[in-house]
Amino acid sequence: MLLSLRNVSKTYATPEGKIEVLKGIDFDLPAAQSVALTGESGSGKSTLLHLVAGLDQPDSGQILVAGRDIAGLGDRGRAAYRRSDVGLIFQQFNLIPSLDVAANISFHARLAGRQDTTWETQLIETLGLTSLMRRYPEQLSGGQQQRVAIARTLAARPALVLADEPTGNLDETTGDTVLGLMLSLTKSSGAALLMVTHSPRLALMLDGSVLLRSGRIA
Amino acid sequence: MYWAAATALLSHWRRHPVQLATLLLGLALATALWSGVQAINAEARASYGRAASVLDQNRLAQLVERDGDLISADRYALLRRDGWNVSPVIEGDVRFGRERIRLIGIDPLTMPPEGQSVETAEAQDLFDFLSPSGLLIVSPATAERLEGQTAMKLKISGQMPDGAAFADISIADRLLARNGGLSRLVVAPEQALDLGRLDQLAPGLTVRQAGDRPDVAQLTDSFHLNLTAFGFLAFAVGLFIVYAAIGLAFEQRRSTLRTLRALGLSLSAVTVTLMVEILVLALVAGLTGVVIGYGMASLLLPGVAATLRGLYGADVPGTLSLRPEWWATGLGMAIAGTMISSAQSLWRVRNMPLLATAQPRAWARASARSARFQLVAGLLLIAVALTLSFTGKGLAAGFGVLACLLLGAALLLPAILSGFLSIMQGRSSHPLAAWFWADTRQQLPGLSLALMALLLALAANVGVGTMVSSFRLTFVGWLDQRLAAELYVTARDEDEASRLRIWLMDRATTVLPIWNVEGEVLGETLQIYGVANDPTYRDHWPLLRGEKDVWDQIATGRGALVNEQLWRKKGVEIGDQLPLPGGWSVSIVGIYSDYGNPKGQVIIGIDKLAEHYPDVSRLRYGIRASPKAVPALKEQLTGEFRLPSENVVDQASLKQQSRGVFEQTFAVTGALNIFTLAVAGFAMFASLLTLSGIRLPQLAPVWSMGVTRRDLVAFEIARTLALWLATFIAALPVGLALAWVLLSIVNVEAFGWRLPMHVFPADWLQLGLVALAAAGLSILIPLRRLMAVGPSELLRTFANER
Ligand SMILES: Nc1ncnc2c1ncn2[C@@H]1O[C@H](COP(=O)(O)OP(=O)(O)OP(=O)(O)O)[C@@H](O)[C@H]1O
Ligand SMILES: [Mg+2]
Repeated sequence: MLLSLRNVSKTYATPEGKIEVLKGIDFDLPAAQSVALTGESGSGKSTLLHLVAGLDQPDSGQILVAGRDIAGLGDRGRAAYRRSDVGLIFQQFNLIPSLDVAANISFHARLAGRQDTTWETQLIETLGLTSLMRRYPEQLSGGQQQRVAIARTLAARPALVLADEPTGNLDETTGDTVLGLMLSLTKSSGAALLMVTHSPRLALMLDGSVLLRSGRIA
Repeated sequence: MYWAAATALLSHWRRHPVQLATLLLGLALATALWSGVQAINAEARASYGRAASVLDQNRLAQLVERDGDLISADRYALLRRDGWNVSPVIEGDVRFGRERIRLIGIDPLTMPPEGQSVETAEAQDLFDFLSPSGLLIVSPATAERLEGQTAMKLKISGQMPDGAAFADISIADRLLARNGGLSRLVVAPEQALDLGRLDQLAPGLTVRQAGDRPDVAQLTDSFHLNLTAFGFLAFAVGLFIVYAAIGLAFEQRRSTLRTLRALGLSLSAVTVTLMVEILVLALVAGLTGVVIGYGMASLLLPGVAATLRGLYGADVPGTLSLRPEWWATGLGMAIAGTMISSAQSLWRVRNMPLLATAQPRAWARASARSARFQLVAGLLLIAVALTLSFTGKGLAAGFGVLACLLLGAALLLPAILSGFLSIMQGRSSHPLAAWFWADTRQQLPGLSLALMALLLALAANVGVGTMVSSFRLTFVGWLDQRLAAELYVTARDEDEASRLRIWLMDRATTVLPIWNVEGEVLGETLQIYGVANDPTYRDHWPLLRGEKDVWDQIATGRGALVNEQLWRKKGVEIGDQLPLPGGWSVSIVGIYSDYGNPKGQVIIGIDKLAEHYPDVSRLRYGIRASPKAVPALKEQLTGEFRLPSENVVDQASLKQQSRGVFEQTFAVTGALNIFTLAVAGFAMFASLLTLSGIRLPQLAPVWSMGVTRRDLVAFEIARTLALWLATFIAALPVGLALAWVLLSIVNVEAFGWRLPMHVFPADWLQLGLVALAAAGLSILIPLRRLMAVGPSELLRTFANER
């Protein structure tokens, strides 16, 4: 199993009191599989994704990635984990505004020490980014930005790709194209994908799907 | 409607208190520096004016008894009968109750107008002055001291120096109990042609020539000129802050302005509202600034006063009186400065399209077009500065060079930094390093104004520091050279002089005659000195340039030296024949520096001097002796030889005093330097704080890809330090150029002599450390903000609810 969550809980403290967002999540994701994470707004999908990404820490439980528990890692350990094991695609602001498209795409791969120019070129061509390489993020449309984010993530060849409504900001046609590209490229890179989405239609395009309700996997 | 609109616009400041504080403090500091320097200058100038009014009599030649005795009234009468246009003066200390006053009794009827220091032109004043009960003319401060101590009538005059009083000569005679004995006779410049010879008419009287000491005004003007330049620079640095803060406030209110316009408020109403707002801000900040400036000036003035007193003998009171014109000029500068720095923003508002969408970061992105304009303008200004420095004439050109140089350098800075950063980015192989440089470059537009201010402040520090240090080194070195003899003695008459020479023969190492005559050379009346053939001159005399065998040529009488002033003013060169009075000429073999002397001067061999001007007065001598023997020798000269103490001057103590005074000068310029740097540091702080508000989206992606927050904070520190360091390095050549312009152009144009430039890298290191500390302070609060940011805040930037 590439990813296993065991009894993971997360509580947020707010002025109105504590909110128990996740109440003991158990979940498995095999390697090279894609799974959609669905649930209504506020059900804790993003929270769960952030925990798996090592961006935040659970209150209790284990998050095993390739057998290693990342819930117990410190700041530095989690940073190293993000660097070498996962790829993240968010709804927006994925790109580094001060770097051009070319530098953005190779950034994560070089940071992880895994730059593979052949693979990179293939990604760039498939995603139709060849003519945009010298542009800066603010000079791109939303769909173009997300395609760059996909290239950036996959260029680093992570074992696990995490995406939080990657097409949520795009219109349906553009969103479908971008998602199609993402799915096929993830498959051919051999990575597992956990993708948060609201849309049952999009969830159907993946290998499987899980529903988050009342803090548990339904 | 109108008030609602005004309230909407003004509420901006309530929501951005730091911005408001930045604006007010920036403007207040700028005004403070300007008005503080003005206050110091004005106070010093006013007191020179007062001192000069008394000294003015001393500017005229005077007759005194050779042995220091009083001049009898008979002698005065004799001279007057012969047609000598002289006027009597009685001077001495007198007590009124507990107060001791320098009393100067003059005769207003015979005193030449050049010596009339105080207005007695009004008939009533003159009448009172001459009346038997008498009238004392005193300064306001002296009048206060004398309150209740004397029954005499007082007339207050702002021109009088403190602690002195003018009175009619008959009153002075009575108060000082002189019984007709006169202290001196002032010689009017206009004299009849057929006068009898002084030594026949009144043997024992000698002429004390005017202007025996270097002209106080000349040297102090140099000091004040530089202070003024410094004050102006500091003001300009402060205006950068104001410009940045106002620009930001206007950008952030774009949408409000647009809404108001859409709601039907007229453009002129909006403009007027904004103008009134700016005016009120300028007034508040300006008033605060004048008060701070006054405080600063009163802290610094004692130092300045000590400097000027010790250095030039100019008396400046160590306290400040509050003058209404400062309030006026200080406020005027503040308002004018604010208006200038907000003109661009106001203009933009007037041309703002009604429908364009808001661009929240437009101000920071400062379009590529304006960057190119800056680059071109900067290059042009530097070119103008270069051209002017080689072809320009006059003081105005000097200041033109200064202005173009500084403004041009400031405008070029962002382009230079940007170029440097992209080179660094290209050379970095690690992705984080490349990101670091790219990200730093992205911050530039938002920081460039603060960096420009920093550049100016640092350059001013380097420039003025170099100038002051060069001045000190040169001046002290020059004193060492010019005052090589350990003791200077002036005999009272020729008889005494020859006895002195013999007496000194076995007590001193060498006795150097210092004889001079006055004569017309190249159309100017100047001093011609004779020097002995002695190692004292060969080893010490401050030659700027000269042929190898200068001193041999002087000794044989073939050559002459001229001072820098004569060389520059008359355009004479080494090798030229110099016609001297008496119809002979010598060839110029060298040029020497002669700081603080407004006039030309010539030096020839002592034998030639005696040969061509046999009646030269042979009274002054420089004495070389071992330093240990000097106190005893001085003692003997005044004791055994009965020379008045003012005729025996020990140069070692004089030099010591001069050096001490320079430390004071340093304290003053040092304080001004720190103030300017503080202003620039504050500008930097304000900009960093503003930028930290829009930082998160720029940092979050890097964090999400596996860089810890700790490392990001470290990068932020490194970024600020890198920018400061780059600016500091850029400031060094600008500062040196500034010093060069001050020393080699402004000073030469203003005073006729050029100071050699000395470079003090150790001072730069110190400045660098101070700048580093300021950089650390400026980033402290923005960094604390960043460190407090938790993961969820970073994560929020990726979600759509932002
Ligand atoms: N940093 C935080 N502090 C406090 N409460 C939080 C925080 N982040 C999320 N929450 C709360 O936790 C709950 C789950 O949020 P989360 O963003 O995981 O939901 P989601 O399923 O991703 O919703 P959506 O589909 O709208 O994105 C919500 O009620 C939210 O208000
Ligand atoms: Mg979500």
